[in-house]
Amino acid sequence: MAIEVRDVNKSFGTTPVLRDVSIDVESGSLTALLGPSGGGKSTLLRVIAGLEQPDTGTVRISGVDATRLAPQRRNVGFVFQHYAAFKHLTVFRNVAFGLEIRKRPKDEIRKRVMELLELVHLEQMADRYPSQLSGGQRQRMALARALAVEPEVLLLDEPFGALDAQVRKELRTWLRRLHDEVHVTTVFVTHDQEEAIEVADTIVVLADGEVEQVGSPAEVYDNPANPFVMRFLGPVTEIGGSLVRPHDIEISTEPVEGGTSATVSRVVRLGFEVRVELQVEGRDAWVQVTRGFADQLALTSGDVVSVRPAPGARSLVLATV
Amino acid sequence: MAKYGLRTIAVLYLFFLLVLPVGLIIWRTFGDGLGPFVEALTSASAVHAFQVTLTVALWAVAANTVFGVGTAVLLVRHRFPGKRLLNALIDLPMAVSPVVVGLALILVYGRFAPVGGLLESWGVQVIFSTPGMVLATVFVALPLVVRAVVPVLEELGDDQEQAAHTLGASRLQAFIRITLPGIRWALAYGVVLCLARSLGEYGAVAVVSGRLVDQTQTLTLFVEERFQNFDQPAAFAAATALALIAVITLLLTKLLRPKG
Ligand SMILES: Nc1ncnc2c1ncn2[C@@H]1O[C@H](COP(=O)(O)OP(=O)(O)OP(=O)(O)O)[C@@H](O)[C@H]1O
Ligand SMILES: [Mg+2]
Repeated sequence: MAIEVRDVNKSFGTTPVLRDVSIDVESGSLTALLGPSGGGKSTLLRVIAGLEQPDTGTVRISGVDATRLAPQRRNVGFVFQHYAAFKHLTVFRNVAFGLEIRKRPKDEIRKRVMELLELVHLEQMADRYPSQLSGGQRQRMALARALAVEPEVLLLDEPFGALDAQVRKELRTWLRRLHDEVHVTTVFVTHDQEEAIEVADTIVVLADGEVEQVGSPAEVYDNPANPFVMRFLGPVTEIGGSLVRPHDIEISTEPVEGGTSATVSRVVRLGFEVRVELQVEGRDAWVQVTRGFADQLALTSGDVVSVRPAPGARSLVLATV
Repeated sequence: MAKYGLRTIAVLYLFFLLVLPVGLIIWRTFGDGLGPFVEALTSASAVHAFQVTLTVALWAVAANTVFGVGTAVLLVRHRFPGKRLLNALIDLPMAVSPVVVGLALILVYGRFAPVGGLLESWGVQVIFSTPGMVLATVFVALPLVVRAVVPVLEELGDDQEQAAHTLGASRLQAFIRITLPGIRWALAYGVVLCLARSLGEYGAVAVVSGRLVDQTQTLTLFVEERFQNFDQPAAFAAATALALIAVITLLLTKLLRPKG
């Protein structure tokens, strides 16, 4: 295991932020820490990096107990959400920083830095200052800087959080490819479930300072441990007291076995997909169908239909309130 | 009309308060050409006063720079009990009259006071000597560096320092390579202000120095003493020199300000 976090508790003042958190991160994996804002993701990442001390519990990195180790001795790379670029240093000197601290010979530094700048496609920008870079370029510089010291683990706090949607998507794919090339154990924080599913091998869902579920993207999406995880990982709707994914619902104009009767309140066409909004037992619900299927049924508002979870679909029974 | 009225009042106010007195000093100084000015400033006493002023100011600036940066880092980056008290104490010198500062120092470090007596037995004379004058100057200029650095340090945040730590830098390395360059303009601004204040200090130094001509006489004390002894050319020449230094530091701070 590259990182083992055991029973970590952390409070700021009287507010508990991490509660009995235990996670294992496999060597060479790409793990996403996913959860809502304020759930303690950054705090957990900072505890791993040594930028924050846990109140109780231990952190092991590559088998070594690092709980009381200062951050500079942990050999982790950390990329901050707002880049934390060294403003007074050029891109080259930023990336060289860790190597200069380690007093490596000048030509070795030069060679390594240029290699890394090539890796992150910034070789043309070596002599610029961070203020002369775009957000995405700054983020890539921060990544190269963290990689320069050959860290045992790479920790990224919402690496793409401050970028616009287009750049975000590009960098996501790029991060995945980079990881496949460099193979360094990586943990990144995100509150975007799509990003986590697309990029990570393993997802750790963290909410209110507690680990809700750990698993592969498919596992957490298809077999959520509880309603919270199910809601957080994708769209859900409520039918007959169960939580179901809207694309896992069968809809028919004839009454069917095990079906619940519903009234169509609106049909919204969103390109290929069609969103059918329903009233089921006095509650709002919705079903996602393909356009062809919707045309076939020719639904309009006011129609009475029968709905039921598709066979094999995962649904969670909600506790009756 | 009201606009012009206000302008006139402002200009007149500044004229009688600032332009006229300073102008007259310069007029008197150079009234008989450069010769008397140079002569007055190169007299043995004047040169000595220059030296004393410079020595005291440099020590005071050095002490306040180290203390100022240290305290600013402490106030912005650390949490500890008594922080608010420290924060309030730093501004105290601004509120206390320099004469009171001088008297207080004599009470502690005077020859017949406990601390002063002890130091004296070790051969260190504080009052009526350079150490006392440095102490007094340090005290009156205490807040200047701290107050210049604190806001910039706050704005800088600790992200960059933490990044440096994760890259292997120790606290000292992060401070020297990251924090110091980040606050350099603010620090320079604070140091220049501190220097100006130290060069111009009169009250506290007057009390602790004993005003010993050719021994503990600083430039400001020299001006006063010459004036009392009806040596107006020397008094005005030294006063002009002080004013020139003030103008230069003012220009320096103007240069440093926008970047800080
Ligand atoms: N230094 C601190 N002092 C006090 N409270 C803090 C501190 N850092 C974090 N917190 C609190 O801890 C909780 C968790 O914060 P954290 O930054 O870990 O959340 P997060 O999951 O990263 O959220 P986000 O997605 O918004 O970044 C929040 O309620 C926050 O207010
Ligand atoms: Mg966060």
